[in-house]
Formats: sequence, C-alpha cells, structure tokens
Amino acid sequence: MSDAGEGPGQAWRQDVFDILKAADVKHIVYVPDAGHSTAIRLANEDNAINSVVLTTEEEGIGYLAGAWLGGERGALLMQSSGVGNCINTLALQTCTRFPLLMVVTMRGDWAEFNGWQNPMGQATERALNLMGVLTWRADEPQDVAPLLRGAASMAFNGDSACALLLGQRLIGEKQWVK
Amino acid sequence: MGEVNAGGALDRREVVKTLLTGRKNLLVVTGLGSPSYDVMAAGDHDNNYYLWAAMGSAAMVGLGLATAKPDHSVLVVTGDGEMLMGMGALATIATRRPANLTIAVLDNGHFGETGMQVSHAGMGVHLDKVAQSCGFGWTREIRDMAGVEDLRTRVSSRDGVKLATIKVKAENPPRLLPPRDGVYVKNRFRAALGHAPI
Repeated sequence: MSDAGEGPGQAWRQDVFDILKAADVKHIVYVPDAGHSTAIRLANEDNAINSVVLTTEEEGIGYLAGAWLGGERGALLMQSSGVGNCINTLALQTCTRFPLLMVVTMRGDWAEFNGWQNPMGQATERALNLMGVLTWRADEPQDVAPLLRGAASMAFNGDSACALLLGQRLIGEKQWVK
Repeated sequence: MGEVNAGGALDRREVVKTLLTGRKNLLVVTGLGSPSYDVMAAGDHDNNYYLWAAMGSAAMVGLGLATAKPDHSVLVVTGDGEMLMGMGALATIATRRPANLTIAVLDNGHFGETGMQVSHAGMGVHLDKVAQSCGFGWTREIRDMAGVEDLRTRVSSRDGVKLATIKVKAENPPRLLPPRDGVYVKNRFRAALGHAPI
C-alpha cells in the first residue's frame, strides 16, 4: 500500500485535509497512522495549523477542549484502536459539549490480516455511539469529502461529538509481506 | 508507611492561594479532585476551568488553551495522581514548548480522593525530573513558600514551558466544590475571553 496519497482513487487523502482546512480547523492532533499520512504531512507543512503528535489518543480530547476554550477549532486523527483509549475521556465532551471532530481509520473491519485488531475494530462504531458520538463511515473515495464536511458542520455548529470512520475498503489492504 | 517519603510540609490551600494572588488575565485549568477544591477555595473566577472527569487530561487542556491563547498565561493546577495518569502528555507538551504554560503539581504523594493510598510519586517518581527529561525549559521541586512565591512570578513571565512539583501535606482540607455544570463553566470561561456561544 502506498502512503503517498498520490495514486488513482487516493484523492480522498487530500480531501480529508482540505475539508478540515475549509472548516477553519487550526489544530490537527493525531496519533500517527498510514491512512492519515497525507493529512498529517499537510498539517505539518501548514504554518496556519498547529500540528500536534500525541502519545495516546485521549490526549487529543483534552487538547481540543482547551483549544476550544480559547476559541479555536481542531480535529483528532487516529486509528480505530485509539478509540478504545478515548472512552472515559469522552465524558469531557459529553459534559461540556465542546465541538469534537474525529477522523478514524479502521482496522479489523475488512480484509484484516492481524486478528488482534478485530475486537476493537468491530466495537469501534458502537463504542463511540454508546458514548454519545455521532458516526458516519466512508468505504468509497467519493464519500469522504461530503461525509466529513457534514460531520464538521454538526460538530462546530452543534457543539457535538462527531466521528467519520474511514473503512479498510477505502484505505486498501495492508501489505504484510512485501 | 513510616519511611515513605510522600509529599511535604506545605499547606496546599496556602500554596494555591499564593499562586493565584494578584492574578490578572491568568487562565487556570484544574485537575479533578483536591486541586479543583483548592482553586475554588482561593476564589471562583470566570477564568477558571475545572475538570470533574477525564482524569489525566488537565495538562493537555492547558496545552490546547495555551496554544490558542499565546497572549495569556495558562496555569494548570493538578495533583500527582492526576498528572501520573497523563504522564505521556509531558512528552507531548515538551515537543510543543508553549512559552505561556506552567504546570503546578500539588504533590502529596498520595491518592487523596480515594482513601490516601500512596501514589507513585510517594514511592519515589519525581514528576519534575520526568518533565525535565522530556525537555521542559524550567522544572523545580518546591518545598517552601519562598519557592511558591518564585513560581508565582514565573507563571506570568511567558518565557518557556514550566513544571513545578510542590510538596504538600497529605491531607484533605474541607471540600469547596466548584460548579459541576460543565457547559456553564465552559461558556462562562469562553465568554470572559470574548467568545460567544454557538
């Protein structure tokens, strides 16, 4: 799998960044993931965006709450396994209702080689829903931009927690033996 | 316990009151538990943001706020137990080096909220040394009020990211509960900075 994001059918990788930028996101906080590599690279290169690498995903929820206290918007990029790390911390969003926008690359939902990814991957969407997070999922490249735009709108205009899940069919099968 | 070197001799209420004396535009984030009560006891304020949950998040809320408001000084007041839970955040904060962020860890060496069990700090983990190792510009272990006074002046200097471990007595003073309505506290805080609700 190429992480460069330049190949055919990969324009959605650029779309993720462009939609966040258009939504006036000033903070992109992330735990690194190949599916997010284009958005992370573009965020790192953009002087108008604070790009923050985290040691664990729940740090991002605290950070974005703080940024919003200061009047600025942000988004959290992570993998489905990271959703598991965030569950208790989502109480912060639930109780203060700050805009929380998450973009989650999926593992363990299709063509997964590593079965250890399956338990969290299969629980990701329901776990988010249980904690009051609105979710959408994109499995086709053309769905990423409109779904993310809609999620951003509902997060920032409605003080809601919103997550777009990027399916493994979209990202492509991970090549384990090259 | 006997030989456990946990906490110190300082009075946590006096420490926090001293740190907040003469505050002007200082923005304060509290970790859940006793630090919230201590900050409340020093006087409720529109520029206080109290955490009641999301344990381990106080320092990261401070980082996000400090990044969004570089023209303000941000002080995180938290406990050793809360900070231990988010120790990775010290690494994240060090990579960002926000010049206007100070973390004050009220270290009594115990988990005071849950029955005074000895904490990792009480067993010898030095959070100031962890922060120093991560790359914080200024770190201290403070054991006297002169050190607290010194920290108070540094909080407003905005000349580098700082963390102080302040050794306080292991005790639970009477609780003074800050507002628990998170939306109210959020909107009050934002309004004081000129940000309207949606």
